[in-house]
Amino acid sequence: MTLQEFLSSPAEASKRNGPNHRIVLSSRVRLARNLRNISFPGWAKKNDRLQSLDLVKTAVESLPQMQNAFSASMDDLKMLEKQILVERHLISREHAAKSAGSGVVISKDESICVMINEEDHLRMQAISPGLQIRQVWMTIDEVDSSLEKSLDYAFSSTLGYLTACPTNVGTGIRVSAMLHLPGLVLSEQINQIIQAVNKLGFAVRGLYGEGTEALGNVFQVSNQMTLGESENEIVERLNKVLAQLIEHEENARAALMEKKDRMVLNHIGRAYGILANAHSISSKETMNLLSLMRLGLDLGLFPGVQSFLMDELFIVTQPAHLQKSISEKMTAEERDVMRADMMRDRLNEVRRPQFKSSGQDGTSLDKPSQA
Amino acid sequence: MLCDVCKKKDASVHLTQIIDSKMQTVDLCEECSKAKGVDDPTGFSLVGLLKGLAAAPQEPAARSDEADLAKCPKCGLSIADFKKTGRLGCASCYTVFAEQLEPLLKSMHKGLKHSGKVPHGMREAQDMNELLRKLQQQLQEAIKVENFEKAAFLRDEMKKTRDQMTQNVVG
Repeated sequence: MTLQEFLSSPAEASKRNGPNHRIVLSSRVRLARNLRNISFPGWAKKNDRLQSLDLVKTAVESLPQMQNAFSASMDDLKMLEKQILVERHLISREHAAKSAGSGVVISKDESICVMINEEDHLRMQAISPGLQIRQVWMTIDEVDSSLEKSLDYAFSSTLGYLTACPTNVGTGIRVSAMLHLPGLVLSEQINQIIQAVNKLGFAVRGLYGEGTEALGNVFQVSNQMTLGESENEIVERLNKVLAQLIEHEENARAALMEKKDRMVLNHIGRAYGILANAHSISSKETMNLLSLMRLGLDLGLFPGVQSFLMDELFIVTQPAHLQKSISEKMTAEERDVMRADMMRDRLNEVRRPQFKSSGQDGTSLDKPSQA
Repeated sequence: MLCDVCKKKDASVHLTQIIDSKMQTVDLCEECSKAKGVDDPTGFSLVGLLKGLAAAPQEPAARSDEADLAKCPKCGLSIADFKKTGRLGCASCYTVFAEQLEPLLKSMHKGLKHSGKVPHGMREAQDMNELLRKLQQQLQEAIKVENFEKAAFLRDEMKKTRDQMTQNVVG
């Protein structure tokens, strides 16, 4: 089965929903594991990499969670396919650059994905929409507990799970959530918030993880320390930080609509105007404007528009997804034209933002249910 | 205070980092700090910066310390390699380079002792090691008070535990 046949369509993928989905796009827990007797992938000779790929791939494929999974060696995937996996947040950009000796296994429902021979022999992750860190941790914990029966992990009783980079040693865990924070950006509080979150030992990164910019007001918050604290402690600490971030974002949105509604409406109206009428538009501008329209949707300015439309457009307008629907290779300029054509077409049915002079039509604030 | 790099302008950026449990400070003017990319306090930037200061520019890498060239017998990685990539070569590197890694781990993490999940097979081994330690303690106390009957019993218990451990490893 090819990757295109396997992956859910962007429309299906964007319909997945979870708690606090207005602000928390997704929750993710990643575990790094290595084999005891083979060099780490970045230092191993090619033969060793092929051997560890074979060992790990067999073990992962035989998991009950991986029935009907998609499994491939990275050299069997086309560049475009790897890029699509990056845009779906299933693999890292670093992993997309890998070829023979690395692999990927993705569960049927796309909620579990194992990268083999990325920086570590295993990088396994569970992803779910909305705020559900605890559940996601339990999912990946179970996968890990099954794998340890057939794989001999590199583990030390003092340092825990041993990883290629000392920043991951110990639990090897990275717990993260992807947040949509247009309110904090528009009210210019975001830098202050990022600094406060950093002080608590959490990193704030852009859309595609390490070293990427925050396109579309999307931020990834994750733990930095992995040694000296248990997985549950890390999960609970991040949960607390996320609950606060959700509250700050909701407060920022409410304050903006109360004091600076004209500024917010101006941004959203202009975003709609450009997206619905442009004839050439870059991926970056599209994401930033879609973020504003998503905010407008949350604020009830687009009555009758289904909430997942913006999320779907967010996926389909990214370069590889756009390229996918066309067989010949396109230049960036050609993609910009095609993106604008698609956007005008998709927004044809969407009426321009409906501004009411007083208040909003009963949209409740999205407060976290579990503090 | 003058900038450590250009030695002309006043230094306004002061970096402090603990490397090999020694405190290192660098003072830079704003322009040099930007040129050196010192805006990410989490990175290894200071290490590179200090190296850059030590060696004259454009000169091939300064001769590494002898300790830097010692290799992990299992995978052949040296600390010099690690300094270049920030990645270790294999599980054994953590034992071989334990001394060099400790200050680094201290600066990165909350503690130096893993307190999370333990693989199932290891859990038993860890429990048994714990048990052995306790028995050993009791044995010494028993000998001290000349309770040889108890000491003999404890010695047998320890032997049983050890046998079980070897059995677990083989099985």
